[in-house]
Order: sequence, then structure tokens, then C-alpha cells
Amino acid sequence: MSAARFDDGSRPGAGGVPTSSGSSFATGDAGTSAAAADVASATVAMDAGVNGGTATAPDAVTLGHVPALRIELRALSLGHRQVLHPLSLAPAPRAWTAIVGPNGAGKSTLLRAIAGLLPFDGTLTLDGKPWQAWPAKARARQVAWLGQNEAASEDLTAYDIAMLGRLPHQPWLAPASAADHAAVEHAMRQTQSWDWRDRALGSLSGGERQRVLLARALAVHSGVLLMDEPLAHLDPPHQSDWARIVRGRVAAGGAVVSVLHELNVALQADTLVVMDGGRIVHQGPPHDPTTHDALQRVFHHRLLILQVQGRWVALNA
Amino acid sequence: MRAKSAPSAASAASAASARTAAQFVALLVLGAVLLALGLAIGSLGWSPWTEAGDTMRLILWDIRAPRSLGAWLAGALLALAGAVAQGLFRNPLADPYLLGCSAGASLGVAALLFVMGISPAAALALRVGMTGAAFVGAIGAVLLTLVLARGVTQSLRLLLAGVVVGVVLGSGAALLTLMNPDILRAMQAFMLGSTGYVGWSAVQVMAVALGLCLLTALGCSRTLDALTLGEDTARSLGQRLTLIRLLLIATLSLATGAAVAQCGLIAFVGLVAPHLVRSWGPTTHGALLLLSALTGGALLLAADIAARWVIAPQELPVGIITALLGGSYLLWLMHRRKAHFGGAGGSQ
Repeated sequence: MSAARFDDGSRPGAGGVPTSSGSSFATGDAGTSAAAADVASATVAMDAGVNGGTATAPDAVTLGHVPALRIELRALSLGHRQVLHPLSLAPAPRAWTAIVGPNGAGKSTLLRAIAGLLPFDGTLTLDGKPWQAWPAKARARQVAWLGQNEAASEDLTAYDIAMLGRLPHQPWLAPASAADHAAVEHAMRQTQSWDWRDRALGSLSGGERQRVLLARALAVHSGVLLMDEPLAHLDPPHQSDWARIVRGRVAAGGAVVSVLHELNVALQADTLVVMDGGRIVHQGPPHDPTTHDALQRVFHHRLLILQVQGRWVALNA
Repeated sequence: MRAKSAPSAASAASAASARTAAQFVALLVLGAVLLALGLAIGSLGWSPWTEAGDTMRLILWDIRAPRSLGAWLAGALLALAGAVAQGLFRNPLADPYLLGCSAGASLGVAALLFVMGISPAAALALRVGMTGAAFVGAIGAVLLTLVLARGVTQSLRLLLAGVVVGVVLGSGAALLTLMNPDILRAMQAFMLGSTGYVGWSAVQVMAVALGLCLLTALGCSRTLDALTLGEDTARSLGQRLTLIRLLLIATLSLATGAAVAQCGLIAFVGLVAPHLVRSWGPTTHGALLLLSALTGGALLLAADIAARWVIAPQELPVGIITALLGGSYLLWLMHRRKAHFGGAGGSQ
């Protein structure tokens, strides 16, 4: 392990994330403590202070009830190959959980399983009730999903795409309500995609498209938000915006789970779930030395994990 | 105008729906104008209904009116089937033809004629039976294509399976036709596609089928929108994909079956009409399905009028005209897309 601490003490008083913020975490497994929530809200306040000038819309979202999602998996096979081995995961409310691990570790498969999109041997429960026992729409209002490289029609406008996030809220054939329009506008302003609302998705660049798709997932206003590689095509400023949006969700009480290749963004999460070979090998807060150890193990000790201006970063070594 | 001045969330939606409404009205007007032309043009060339005598009235009422209406309805059905197929299989090349659906429908008709040993004249009285047979054939063909393609996820495999099913079922229909010379003539017109045999009973059958298919398709249109984001996302939005897929496959088969049973194999309308509508601007499936049906109706009616008129008093099978027009349009589209893709590829 090569974790080193660079505390240069030069971080600006107002803008930086407190170096000691992590220390209020319990060193337990899942970072579900109330302290996590406090840190989360504190971070939101800080970030809002930093980005206040560029923010186009308030991040506050009323999420309503945040359900408890839990997976107890014995095995998951794709074709004849067992991709996931016994594991369990219960994303905590008021927390951002990042799933990380090397290529082929089963991260996306796990996320799809939690989203109820893949059959597996085991149980998936929402508020203690089996996934299948929920009506599809009621489920969809509580758990939103943003896929990896989501295919999308070239022919729908960005606005139409974002409005699809309101489908679980709309009765069959009913036109979009004022609340639907407001939710879509808010989500699109949050991801700064509002300006292209009338453009066909096919005419947008990869990053612009990704922001529209993110707005679609946000517009669901679900308590649980599952995102697979949401940073694809996003430039660094928009990656920061994404993290800020996630913080807003968490502050509103939501549970956010994201599969991330971008370790430096993942290290800003409340809990890191480290996967390797279809198993969860570690769960813990990003500042914890045992988490760093786990990361080093699964990435074959080819990381340099440092603390810079109060933030943990991972460099390739 | 008011919608534009207020930069509210609803303005994006209302601007789009205003455009859709304008296109809807324009296509209805176009359909009406073509219908009037269809009444005025016959095997004698230009003979407007204003100079109507008793004979003329008979020709108008018994021949031109049902034929023109029938051409519009068949075009609308085929275009709707095409739009449904393209949305359902998330493949811009899906079309009743390419999925083997049309061939299945024609095999159904050939099988019915073969079993009943019916002459073309008697067959006219059996429009409903023929539609049923075509429907069964069409749905069987789509299911066969889906089984062979092992689902809809791989576009290439889907299209290849569709072509194989189309060829095999098409030869099955040809074989049945050859084995019974009585139905040869009926089937020949059928294979080329012709609106010549369309009477009022056929119009009724197609009108009912179009109504049913439009209702079902529009009811499922939001699921089609959600499906553009992929199966996982559509499911995560609470859409009941299995049920909707079955409904839409039934819709696709009924629309194709109804059109094929009355007018035979008419190519390209189902493929071209939705592409035309899309080329006018971004659109949701609700608008796409409706506008495609209207466009398909106008296209086939226009082609039918041309078929009567170009070498009057002889007439061309309308299927030949749609194949020529549709084929050229697709070639042009392919050419344009290639340039388009080249540009996009460079930037990525």
C-alpha cells in the first residue's frame, strides 16, 4: 500500500472540503451512520458556496419516501458463466455509494441486478417487500436507473427524452402535468441541458447527450438513483457538476449508487464498494486505510493514493 | 406565438405539438385532394366527376371511390406497420417486408385460396377470411423471424432472419400457386400488388383494421419512446415490455395482413413513410405513428393514381410504382446518410 498524505494546508478557507470531514465516519462497513449524512449536507453547503456563481437552479428536490433497497445474492450467471458470487448490498439512504473495481469485476452486472433488470439466485427487496411483489410503476417511482452508454433515439428531442423520466408518474395516456413539466425543467437546468431542449438527441455531442440522459434519470425524483458509468463523455467541470447534483440528492435524503471508473470521483463518495472477480471484497469510507488497501489489492498495487487539498485522489502508478 | 414568448417548460412541448398538428392537417388535406383526383382519373384518363351521367356515377361509386379509398387505407396500414416495426425493433430498416411479415401474409392468402380452391371472383366475397388468413400468416412469419433471430437485440441477425423467412415463405406461396392453376391469376396480381380488386367490402375491412391498429399503436406509443433508451431503461421506467411487445406484434401483423389481403404485396410504403416523417423533424412515437399512417395513405394513393394514368388506358400494378419510387428514395437516403455518417465519424 502506498497511501500518502499531502496536507499542504493551503486550501482556501471557504471553498475546500474539510480535511477532517472523513474522520467523523464510523470505521464500520457501510457508512450508514448519521454522521455520514451530516458530512454530506456539510459538503453540499461547501460545494454550493464554490459553484454558487455557475449554478443555474437550486438543487433542492423533494424526494418523498426513500425506500430501503437490499440485495442478497447467491449467484448470478450470464449464459453459462457465473458472473457474481454470493454477496449482499444495501445502499444506505442519505449516502452516495460508489462501486469500483477493475474491468470485468461485475460492477455493472451488480448494478443491473440491484435495479431488478437481471434474474439471479437470491432476493431483492424494496422496503422489505420482494421486488416482484411491487407494481412495476410504483417500483419505478422509487428506483431510477441510468444505464451505461444508453442507446437513444436520434429522433426524440432532448425535452421528450427527459420527459420519459416522468412515465412512472403518469397514468396511461394522460398528458404531462404541470408537475411533470416542472420536474423536467428543473432536471434539465440542473444538468445544464435546458438550452437544447428542442434539439433532436441525434444532433447533440456525447457529453451533451449524457447530460440529457442524466436529466431523464433525475426527473424521476426517485428515492434511489442507480447510475452505471454516469461520467462517460463528461468533461471535468461537468463531472464536478455531476458530483454536486449527487450531493444534492443525498442531502435531500436520497440513496445514490454509481458504478465509476473514475476513481478520483469515486473517492468523493460516502462509501466505496470495491469489487473483484464477481465479489464485493470491501466496503468502507474512502478515507479509510483499509479501503485504500482493498483498492491497491484489486488494482494490483498500481495506484498511488494521495490526499491533495483535503481530497483523496488515486493516480496510476 | 404566445407559447414562444413565455420561456416555460411547456413551450418546448407545445411548439412541437403545434408543428405536429400543422403536419396532421396538411396530410389530411393532401389525402382529400388526392382522393378527389382519384375519383377524377380512371382508365379513360382525366374524366372528372362533374360530367357525371348514370354510367359515370356507377364507375365513380363502384370502382374509383372504393379503389381510391382502399389505396389510401392500405398505404396507411402498411406505413403504420412500418412505423410500429421500426419502433418495436429499434431498427430503422424494419418494415413488414423485411421482417418476412408480408411474405407470411401472402402465404396465408395462398394457402386459403389453395385449400378452398377459390376463383378470383369468389375470393372477392371472402375478404374477411383472406384478412384472417393473411393475419395468421403474418403473425406466424414475425414470430418465426424472432425465433430465428433469437430476439430483437441484434439488428443484423434480425434482418437476415427476416430476409430468410421472407424468401422461404414467399417460395411456399409460389409453390402453392403453381400447384393450383386456378389461383394462379389471382395470385399473380397479388404478388405484384394491385388496388384493382378493391371494393367496398375490402374498404370496410381495412378501415376497421386501421382503426384498431391505430388505437393499439397509439396506446403503446409511450412505451416505444421509452424503448428508444434501451430495454433496461424502459423496464426501469415501469413499462410492461412483454405485454406491449405482444400487442405491437399483433398490431403489426394485423395491419400488414389486412393490407396484403386486399392489395397484395406492396413494397416500400412501410419503410419510406416513417422515414419521410422523421426527416421533417424530431418527433415522439405518438406523432410518428399517426403522421406515418397519413403519409403512407397519401403515398400509396398518389402511386395508385399514377398507376392508372401513366400508360392509360392500360394500367401498371401499383406495387411496381411504389417499388420504383421507394427504391430510389432509399438509395438517396443511403447516399445522404453516408455523407452524414462520415461527418459524425470524423468528430468522434
